[in-house]
Amino acid sequence: MLPRRTKSSLCSGWQIVLLLFWSCSALWAVASDATPGHGTNVFSPASTPAKSIKDLSVFVLAITGIIFLVVFVLLVYSVVKFRGRALDAGREPAQVYGSTQIELAWTIIPTLIVVVLFLATARVIHAIQDAPEPVGAVEVTVIGHQYWWEFRYPKLGIVTANELHIPVSNPDHPTPTFLQLLSADTDHSFWVPELAGKTDLIPNHPNRMWMDPQSTGVFVGQCAQYCGIQHAKMLLRVSVDGPEDFAAWIQAQHKPAVEDTAVIAGRRVFERNACMNCHAVGGTSADGRFGPDLTHLMSRATIAAGAAQNTSDNLRLWIQNPSAIKPGSLMPAMKLSDADLNAVVSYMETLH
Amino acid sequence: MSSHVITVPVGQTEARPWVDQLHEWLATVDHKRLGILYIGSALLFLAVGGVEALIIRIQLMHSHNNFVSAEVFNQMFTMHGTTMIFFVAMPVLFGFANYLVPLMIGARDMAFPRLNAFSFWLSFLGALLLYFSFFGGSGLYGAGSAPDVGWWSYAPLGARAFSPGHSSDYWTLALLVSGFGSIGTAINIIATILCLRCPGMKLNRMPLLVWMNLVMAGMVLLAITPLSAAQIMLLIDRYLGGHFFDTQAGGSAVLWMHFFWIFGHPEVYVLIIPCFAFMSEIIPVFSRKPIFGYPVMVAATVCIAFVSMSVWAHHMFTIGMNSYANSFFTLTTMAVGIPTGIKIFNWIGTMWGGRIQFKTPMLFSIAFLFQFLIAGLTGIMMAASPFDWQLSLSYFVVAHFHYVIVGGILFALFAAFYYWYPKITGRMLSERLGTWHFWLFLIGFHLTFDVMHIPGLLGMPRRIYTYEPGRGWDTLNLIVSIGAFIQAIAILVFLANLIISYFKGDDAGNDPWDAWTLEWSTSSPPPAYNFATVPTVASRRPLWDLKHPEDPDSRYE
Repeated sequence: MLPRRTKSSLCSGWQIVLLLFWSCSALWAVASDATPGHGTNVFSPASTPAKSIKDLSVFVLAITGIIFLVVFVLLVYSVVKFRGRALDAGREPAQVYGSTQIELAWTIIPTLIVVVLFLATARVIHAIQDAPEPVGAVEVTVIGHQYWWEFRYPKLGIVTANELHIPVSNPDHPTPTFLQLLSADTDHSFWVPELAGKTDLIPNHPNRMWMDPQSTGVFVGQCAQYCGIQHAKMLLRVSVDGPEDFAAWIQAQHKPAVEDTAVIAGRRVFERNACMNCHAVGGTSADGRFGPDLTHLMSRATIAAGAAQNTSDNLRLWIQNPSAIKPGSLMPAMKLSDADLNAVVSYMETLH
Repeated sequence: MSSHVITVPVGQTEARPWVDQLHEWLATVDHKRLGILYIGSALLFLAVGGVEALIIRIQLMHSHNNFVSAEVFNQMFTMHGTTMIFFVAMPVLFGFANYLVPLMIGARDMAFPRLNAFSFWLSFLGALLLYFSFFGGSGLYGAGSAPDVGWWSYAPLGARAFSPGHSSDYWTLALLVSGFGSIGTAINIIATILCLRCPGMKLNRMPLLVWMNLVMAGMVLLAITPLSAAQIMLLIDRYLGGHFFDTQAGGSAVLWMHFFWIFGHPEVYVLIIPCFAFMSEIIPVFSRKPIFGYPVMVAATVCIAFVSMSVWAHHMFTIGMNSYANSFFTLTTMAVGIPTGIKIFNWIGTMWGGRIQFKTPMLFSIAFLFQFLIAGLTGIMMAASPFDWQLSLSYFVVAHFHYVIVGGILFALFAAFYYWYPKITGRMLSERLGTWHFWLFLIGFHLTFDVMHIPGLLGMPRRIYTYEPGRGWDTLNLIVSIGAFIQAIAILVFLANLIISYFKGDDAGNDPWDAWTLEWSTSSPPPAYNFATVPTVASRRPLWDLKHPEDPDSRYE
């Protein structure tokens, strides 16, 4: 009799441990809310769509948590209470075949729960997806490429890559940003968890999403839809600027590329080689569209879609051997002589 | 019933030359042997797919790891997913269906034994084709390459522009060929159940396992056919200049998604319903009570089958469907939780008031209930489509579906292995090794898949071969990887148990669990044609009636 007792109490034991473990894990995820700076935690939203999602998710977590507790307690109770005992040997328990009342109860109650959950969800779907675009909204066309992001501001006449700049939005005078999502090749997905849920960029299938960040700073994210070899290093940075900073950024981006005669040799290298087939530098004959626009390359903190910091060493490495930073990247190794490489890197470094 | 037991004449078990034995296995049309072939090939590919999973987990142990290249990593997750779904889960469940359905309905074989063999060999050929890509993927250019487009092969990544060479062709053909095999098996199961039941086995007296496999087979017909159609369209695109999914020529990437997921979601239920079937046989026997609410269980299964045909686009909440479509699929997805919940309650109702015996099959079944509950609840979270805009394509969803497939399907399968192994081999599996297997696997499973939810909530997308440090993902991924290795050890214990017990296990006898369905009335292993005399049944539990003539079930029907 004793051994059997031990076994069944163990059985409930592990389930309780797991329950504790599970709730601790959930708490951990929620608690990391408090970490400073902008991470990628879906539970620390900084923009209306992400906030409504978080509110909904807390509600759904509460309901599913209650369901879990109820069913879990029933399960543990029946395992412990109705464990077989040595004394029962040979005797079968009462043979019960079912009960219509009980079946009805556990059909109707879950149905009511589903209705409540559905209504709560439908409200949020509508609030996020069908939000009208206000007059002052910033519009950005995001084009996914294997493996980088092109950002075009059609109303402002700006083209940039990989680091999106958008204005902070004051809830009293909202200046949300509306993104039009396109793809030049395969499927991608725009995901910056603290600003909004993700939306895919699909060729021949334009999508739309919006965000109205209420605090400044750099928010990170990355491509979420598998898009090819370097899906992992298709990172995203969204810089949320205060009104003055954003205006200054626009002004800087409007300027044509800096022309510095000191680096004319580098510019010649850039234009003589294949660089200009894929890259554009505003105000010069380089107008390729296959790779990122380099007119204001030095205004960006990273290169290779966030895979490396924008330093001269990294630039050299990237131009000479992109696979060292991002194997599978579509940028070819340029195989320049040392002199040409130095020249072209010096040229790049003037493109503020 | 005992008068129907056939004892195998001694002469039949004598060793014959191995070539003869091999020939018998290769040319067999016996449902039991084909069932074992299905299960054996699935175990083989379980090991292969498991190694692929371990390679993935080693690579992700810490940020910026260089264990494998991006290309190899992408091949690993593509092959792992494709292998586990098409060449492990489906074959092993078909194997059990093949083995058990005729025995449980008192039939001597499947309705179409040759179709049965043909279907198995098609599936097996599909698996070989897929793995041949490692050698033949790039044709004449030397080194081979396995498919690396993900197990959904989303358009246009699978188009020739983005997936040159032949690796995607192997993927396409493997799924097409094994899909035909699945359709053949489904037709066979349906025909067997509808036409070959023994006298007295009315539809409402069939064991729930048979009912659920009937529903499963119906779903296979509905789900695999669109997948096969899509694969043919993809081949037309790749070789005959078609533009179904070729976005560069006006084709539709979204069309592929619809085709894939109208297969893909019912497929989840194709896999889980046979596991519900195992639970519905095992839990009653070890609780010593009949299943609670038999008619409701049947109705809930049929209901799940219908509703699950209208939930596929919940895999596509992030692709930019309009708010009405998102609301519709939110509703249907949540609704499928109702009949699923009814099942869980009925299993608990079965245990309620019983005398539960904690044999290994029951341990796995209790763990199944617990884990399937959590998997269902995280499913409800993702059914709320706005929440899914955050969770989809992240490690949360990876954790969720592994909770279903490992925590649910694999645990149920282990229960089934421990429960029916004595019938299949005539030997009991070792309870001692079984207990080790159970606890090790349980610990490994929870270490891996409980923890895996958190990086998803912290913004880690799936299918990335490496990640940036400083995002808070490092430690979590290390724990996940450690859990994966504990699971691997548990699987080795299981395989050792299968082999050792085959030679040294206790003699099982005909009916080691004191169970109630027809397969336990014949010898273990059953003779070639199962029953010397076709049995006659008068209730849902024919062996209960036989063992308790004073209080037979047939009195209450």
